[in-house]
Amino acid sequence: MGGYLIVIEQTDGQMRRVSREVISTAKALGGGDVTAVAFGPGARSLAEEAGRHGATRLIAAEGERFSHYSSDGFAEALAAIIKGEEPDVVLYPATSWGKDLSPRVSGLTGAGLVTDCTALVRDGDDVLATRPVYAGKAFTRVRVTGRPAMFSLRPNVQPVTETGAGPASVVEPDLGEAGAAPMARVSGVERGQSDTLELTEASVIVSGGRGMKSGDNFRILDELAAELGAAVGSSRPVADEGWVPHSYHVGQTGKVVSPDLYIAVGISGAIQHVAGISGSKYIVAINNDAEAPIFKVANYGIVGDLFQVVPALTEALRQHKQNA
Amino acid sequence: MQIAVLIKEVPDTATRIQVKPDGSGIVTDGIKWVMNPYDEFALEEALQIRDREGGEVVLVSFGSARVDDVLRQGLAMGADRAVRVSDDGLAGVGVDHLAVAKILAEALRRESWDLIWCGKQAVDDDAAQVGPLVAVHLGLPQAMVVLACHIDAAGRRLSVRRELEGAEEIVELPMPAVLGAQRGLNTPRYPTLPNIMKAKRKPLETIGVADLGLDADTLRAMCRVRVEQFFAPPGRPEGRILTGDPAEAARELVRLLHTEAHII
Repeated sequence: MGGYLIVIEQTDGQMRRVSREVISTAKALGGGDVTAVAFGPGARSLAEEAGRHGATRLIAAEGERFSHYSSDGFAEALAAIIKGEEPDVVLYPATSWGKDLSPRVSGLTGAGLVTDCTALVRDGDDVLATRPVYAGKAFTRVRVTGRPAMFSLRPNVQPVTETGAGPASVVEPDLGEAGAAPMARVSGVERGQSDTLELTEASVIVSGGRGMKSGDNFRILDELAAELGAAVGSSRPVADEGWVPHSYHVGQTGKVVSPDLYIAVGISGAIQHVAGISGSKYIVAINNDAEAPIFKVANYGIVGDLFQVVPALTEALRQHKQNA
Repeated sequence: MQIAVLIKEVPDTATRIQVKPDGSGIVTDGIKWVMNPYDEFALEEALQIRDREGGEVVLVSFGSARVDDVLRQGLAMGADRAVRVSDDGLAGVGVDHLAVAKILAEALRRESWDLIWCGKQAVDDDAAQVGPLVAVHLGLPQAMVVLACHIDAAGRRLSVRRELEGAEEIVELPMPAVLGAQRGLNTPRYPTLPNIMKAKRKPLETIGVADLGLDADTLRAMCRVRVEQFFAPPGRPEGRILTGDPAEAARELVRLLHTEAHII
């Protein structure tokens, strides 16, 4: 039937923001109908949201076998759906979930997959992908031969748009035995601190480096982050020292981020770190060393003692909000 | 316990990557090639498991003779032996992840394994595809981005903690399985001088794709992903640097973020 199949990431009827981005991207590319597919409890309830962003149909796989995520079980089910639907293009979120699932579907179907794309464009009957390599030190333009062509999209890059259309029509898939005997199965999920924002999906990030001098001093970054609604990250040495958890580490061997605003505090700007933040729309550097390489990639910089500048910035933001 | 570890060589992360003028790839002159950092975590975990449970750790890789340096390093860390599938005869095929995974899967199929470890991704193309693809080819379950792995050797079950966005999940799976290592799993050891010497005498087997029943045409036919062009990242505009009184600089920055960048 052609068109797009969008694999939605959702938990109990809550669609991940990136999935709204992915549906919007398919709608913007055009050239075919947009069908969404969602797994697990609450899948059906996404009809309205999927429709609003451009999906006309929603395949809702809510059966017991989808109550807990299984990379192999979900991949089998998805491969069966792809076989029945024969889409031209399949799109995934490039999240932990999407990165786990999508290559298995590629393996089962033999369909080509391009992961973590930052842009898709139409080129005749094909979709061409742009994707960073070497954590953003270079980029590639990639084509998938054969059908379907599969891509996963990096979160926080594509805009979310609404079409004003009504709910997608809900379809229950006929899956037979596909996915009924999963091997790997998720038995539990532990959320981090509820007030911690995820770096790869944050629109503002405040990050600290060696200049912070200790883990305790990250307190002033937490205060700045709270004022901005930002996630807190770090350079690699700081995570290796144990000042902050490894999950804070932004860079080539940590998290590659693409926020609207990245504030690097006491970070000199090693090449691995700069690569990991190069997708940021605006970079602000705060450092006492005017020669630090981070200033070469910064849109704005303050040369000064971060222990004075950061509290001053927090205060200036507070005043800005009061005056707004 | 028989444990395979998939190894890839990548440019050292300190490398400044330059794109060739014709966009056909990156300039490789002067690059220092190292073991993919995530593969080091995978290997370290495999070595710890072997030292606890007994058995053997075998490195498996695909590539040119240059990869042998990285495999020797893995042997010096403590792996027992290594197998490299040579890319001889595949020049110009431009193998994609599907083909590489097929090659590695066929190399793995020559023996039986309890665990297959790999890095959660390689820091060159950052695709994070080959591990799961190998698992599919071998009909095995997987857990990627692994932070901790508990093994019930008697029950042949694994309980794995894997990283999500701002959360962690526990995955239960049977052995054998493919596991992808994440930073935080362990601290990789450095090879000691005696072990570097010992590594020179450890077996490093080189085989060709023909030994696996594969040939260039078969591999070319299964490729679906074509990189058409490399290009440099977009340049960043000249920055505006503020100095002087911290409070004034901070207020000026807020003003610029509001009136110029429109992001606050």
